[in-house]
Amino acid sequence: MTQTGNIILDVVIIVVKIAIVFGVNFTILAYLTLAERRVSAFMQDRLGPNRVGPQGLFQPIADGVKFFTKEDIIPAKSDKFLYLLAPAVVFFPAFLTYAIIPVGPSFSAWGHSFQMQIANLNIGILYIFALTSFVVYGIVLAGWSSNSKYPLMGGLRSSAQMISYELTLGLAVMGVLMIVGSLRLSDIVNYQNYVLWGFLPRWGVVLQPLGFIIFLIASFAESNRLPFDLPEAEPELVGGYHTEYGSMKFALFFLGEYAGLITSSALITTLFFGGWDFPWVNESALGAWGVVLGMIAFAAKTGFFLFFYLWIRWTLPRFRYDQLMRIGWKSLLPLALVNIVITAIVMVFFV
Amino acid sequence: MKVKKVKRVTIKPNLWDSLYIPAILSGLKVTFGHLFKKHITLEYPDEKWFPPPGHRGAIRLNRDELGREKCVACEMCATACPAHAISMQGGAAPWDDREKYPVWYKIDMLRCILCGMCQEACPEDAIELTEIYDFADYSRESLIWDKERLLKNYDLTKDGNYYKRELEENKKR
Repeated sequence: MTQTGNIILDVVIIVVKIAIVFGVNFTILAYLTLAERRVSAFMQDRLGPNRVGPQGLFQPIADGVKFFTKEDIIPAKSDKFLYLLAPAVVFFPAFLTYAIIPVGPSFSAWGHSFQMQIANLNIGILYIFALTSFVVYGIVLAGWSSNSKYPLMGGLRSSAQMISYELTLGLAVMGVLMIVGSLRLSDIVNYQNYVLWGFLPRWGVVLQPLGFIIFLIASFAESNRLPFDLPEAEPELVGGYHTEYGSMKFALFFLGEYAGLITSSALITTLFFGGWDFPWVNESALGAWGVVLGMIAFAAKTGFFLFFYLWIRWTLPRFRYDQLMRIGWKSLLPLALVNIVITAIVMVFFV
Repeated sequence: MKVKKVKRVTIKPNLWDSLYIPAILSGLKVTFGHLFKKHITLEYPDEKWFPPPGHRGAIRLNRDELGREKCVACEMCATACPAHAISMQGGAAPWDDREKYPVWYKIDMLRCILCGMCQEACPEDAIELTEIYDFADYSRESLIWDKERLLKNYDLTKDGNYYKRELEENKKR
């Protein structure tokens, strides 16, 4: 009984975790669309949507109803299979990455060890990069299958942009991986859960300031956010790769972008800001309260970066296409390489 | 002619500035400051905009002290109207103090451009523009205002508190 019982318990725990992660992330996703509109309005001295429910809190529900009840249009000469496939390809990979983000310290209760993540993969970072690079297929397919000029141009731009910046993104993380010596996200977080010289949390941003800035800029480009939102530059491309899409298919692109935002915010937190680490506190000594504290710390840090994405959006104008490529290939990529070399030299000679 | 030599100045950013990070940070400071500034949005049906005095809004026909229309059907306003929005028919006045009065009087508010020429032209100060700016309606017919409608406008706006009253009625609802 004990062995089958344990397997059943494990399956139940995993299913519950998946349900919780899905529910929480969908809620955040829905309210991120509202937050985007409210924050952008506040930054422009406007009010934003505030009529549906108190402070506009039911706006996402109204939006969802609207998207689902709209007429479903498929352009006549489009490639129907790819046209329908593309939004799903954009949306799901971004969602799958939540599976391995640790949101709190692991703890044991009732003779069972619980981990605050769905799967503790030993190839953590690689898994995330593999999935997020799927998004580019979705965008290119959307642009191509619509059989229209502007979406095609948006799709082409995005393929060039995302592939260039993916390289930078991967190299920027290398510094952290070299220091920690593991791709496993829980190892990376545990490594950062220390204090240097009695006052400085040993976070990735302290050890890898250059790597952090490069990663931040590249992740903006990866998630197609301003100032790098060339695939959907409205003034030049009407709407970009999703010009020909309507109703819920359009909404999936939209939600996919926000899901990518949550992923990269959580990833920045995990890699460079200590994940669930609350500075100067030893969570594992606090038991259950440590878990709660850790989750609060993780939520606060991720929330700050989500806000930071919106904040940057209304601060910086869009880059020109050649500027985008120049920054990617001529500045960020060499800087990322320099960062790796410096990290290696310091690790070999000074530690 | 002597050509003046001009020294061309090109500002070369130093390393710190060419990183763009200080500029981005100061930009972030500006946008963050705006989060807490007063919003200029007017939540219209709940709040009302109060027009300044002299605002040229919907047209009214004034009443005299006895509550009769001041208009004597001279058709000066209809002549002055550049949009040909005003039409009327004069008739013998039932009162002793004037010869004519408008039997019917109509302003097509869909043609009216709210220029105020009728007000300028009127010798009796009988037609005036008011502060009312929201008089949209659901049909073309209901926007051709007759004499009763124009006189009602006078009753609504003679104290100059039309929007203050609207606001109070909104609150009661």
